[in-house]
Amino acid sequence: MKSIQPDKIQHYLDEHVATPLYVHVETTNGAYATHNDPDFHNAGMFIRNANIEYSIGQIKGEGPYRVGLKLDHGWLYVEGLTDFEQHGEQLLLAGHDRLGRLACALHMDIKPLPQGASEVESQ
Amino acid sequence: MKGPLLVIFPHPDDEAFSSAGTIIQHRKEGWPVTYVCLTLGEMGRNMGSPIFTTREELPKIRKHELEDACEVMGIQDLRMWGLRDKTVEFEDEEELSARFRSLIDEVNPATVISFYPGYAVHPDHEATARAVVRALQEIEDSKRPEFLGVAFDRRTEEELGQPHVIHDVTAESEQKKAALFAHRSQTEGLLRAIDHAENAHVMELLQRERFYHYPFS
Repeated sequence: MKSIQPDKIQHYLDEHVATPLYVHVETTNGAYATHNDPDFHNAGMFIRNANIEYSIGQIKGEGPYRVGLKLDHGWLYVEGLTDFEQHGEQLLLAGHDRLGRLACALHMDIKPLPQGASEVESQ
Repeated sequence: MKGPLLVIFPHPDDEAFSSAGTIIQHRKEGWPVTYVCLTLGEMGRNMGSPIFTTREELPKIRKHELEDACEVMGIQDLRMWGLRDKTVEFEDEEELSARFRSLIDEVNPATVISFYPGYAVHPDHEATARAVVRALQEIEDSKRPEFLGVAFDRRTEEELGQPHVIHDVTAESEQKKAALFAHRSQTEGLLRAIDHAENAHVMELLQRERFYHYPFS
């Protein structure tokens, strides 16, 4: 991945207004956060292949960045994004900490992101 | 006396940390080893240091790492079940347990290695442990394979006592290190620790594998 270039991200977001997209959204502290520090309150979430459309999509901040998508009936918001990678219609945004560990992610594509059996089959 | 070994874990690398030496010993003596790895660890947090992968590429990388590790350990029968990391506990436990039971009937192992329920820390580990123990519970005492449970919760020794089985894998420690190294996206930090210090915890990891028997009723 490369460091986020806000102009490129904004261009993608503008181009995909009112386009049905599959998204993967995630935040994580790692599965062992509480094992390593019993006082740490671990929290995290992911949703994979939710289907969304937005009317406004923007990237804000000086880095780490925030992305907000105004949905038909609500919002999608992610903060802490640092890196990106784009493959055609697929945009991957991720936030990594100083040790290179994933802290948050927002992936968007016009087709479903692979999972399960297809990942086992993939080469 | 050993025999066919069945290893069941949810994530690529669970087997290397807990049991690589034991697996290698079985293979050296010519016993078949079947390893069922439930997920590809798709939701792992480490993306390499420096970062060399993404959430979307991670399953492909971890799949290759898993295959490499199996080659190092000599595992000739690797089965990837394609569940998703973090979601094992939300699958139907009865169904998963029935699948394990069919697997045990097919492989007919002398020994089954998996996590020990209640002391396995990660929810996927616990779900795997519960379903494995449930499958083994259904088998009558005289036919049930030996179960070696991996427990590493902080409460383990206080509550379960000393491990019931400790395998000295000093002779296999170089190969175990190679198996761990095969899972490089997840183990780079650890391997740096191995190189820099003869740290007691790391030496213990490489030289002794610790297991608990489960009190089947």
